[in-house]
Amino acid sequence: MKALSKLVIAGQAFSSRLFVGTGKFGSPEVMAKAVEASGTELVTVALRRIDVHSPADRTLSALNFSRYRLLPNTSGARDAEEAVRVAKLSRAACDTNWVKLEVTPDPNYLLPDATETLRAAEQLVKLGFVVLPYMNADPVLAKRLAEAGCATVMPLASPIGSNRGLQTRDQLRIIIEQATVPVIVDAGLGMPSHAAEALELGADAVLVNTAIAIANDPVRMARAFKGAVEAAELAREAGAGDQTLHARASSPLTGFLGVEA
Amino acid sequence: MQIIVNGSCLEVDSGFTLLALLDHMGKPSAHVAVEHNGEIVERNDFSSVTLDDEDRLEIVHFVGGG
Repeated sequence: MKALSKLVIAGQAFSSRLFVGTGKFGSPEVMAKAVEASGTELVTVALRRIDVHSPADRTLSALNFSRYRLLPNTSGARDAEEAVRVAKLSRAACDTNWVKLEVTPDPNYLLPDATETLRAAEQLVKLGFVVLPYMNADPVLAKRLAEAGCATVMPLASPIGSNRGLQTRDQLRIIIEQATVPVIVDAGLGMPSHAAEALELGADAVLVNTAIAIANDPVRMARAFKGAVEAAELAREAGAGDQTLHARASSPLTGFLGVEA
Repeated sequence: MQIIVNGSCLEVDSGFTLLALLDHMGKPSAHVAVEHNGEIVERNDFSSVTLDDEDRLEIVHFVGGG
């Protein structure tokens, strides 16, 4: 099991390894309470057009922006140019140069476009952005994105919102083994055990949104994810024993029923 | 005069500033970003940018997202 090192992204240290998305909650108040219950220090948000004809969107109205590191995403971008445009607008809207780079041209599976993501990452790094790219669990691409100057890599566990857990486990292992930047497993983590498993594999953090937002009780589910992440961190600190094919007796097998010690 | 905001036509008085437009629309200027004819406007300049007939504005803000 990989030893645990402090999580630092672009010079900022995080004590919570659980990052939380703010989409799809039933109400702004439930979202804010769930975010608080998760213990997170970083939340993702999305940028959208204001509706000229209707009252202001309230989805973030209950969130205390000053309490969390804000990570705007470029969701909706279909190519590098659109992603760079969204990132620039986000920077103007909230004075942060951090961006979760997402380029997802395919609306069915929302899988990231590798070449456009790399192209956008290169441009955004040159423009001074701290780039956290959402990516398929491709170990070669992870290296290329790190070499391009990305602050982290964010490989997917399974498609966004699918709650299917670590379908990319073997690739994630390789990404983690080769990583020179923090690895944040993003997308598809549907249960607290999935988040724990990602951290036990050696990931530095996880990002969860749908699993918390669409639970019957999002606040309780946020607490569950917090507990799972903390349990996995403790396990990393404790250091797990090795696995074997054969049994290793937990009780002495000698000195009883005629077997000599 | 007529301006285009997020693809919709809006009728406003001439001489309107960007800040006045946001107020008029009931939109807070915090956590809002604006492209004015394709160029991003810094928030400090919202009060000094005056709108002209047929200007195109893209006004965006943050919503919940993952």
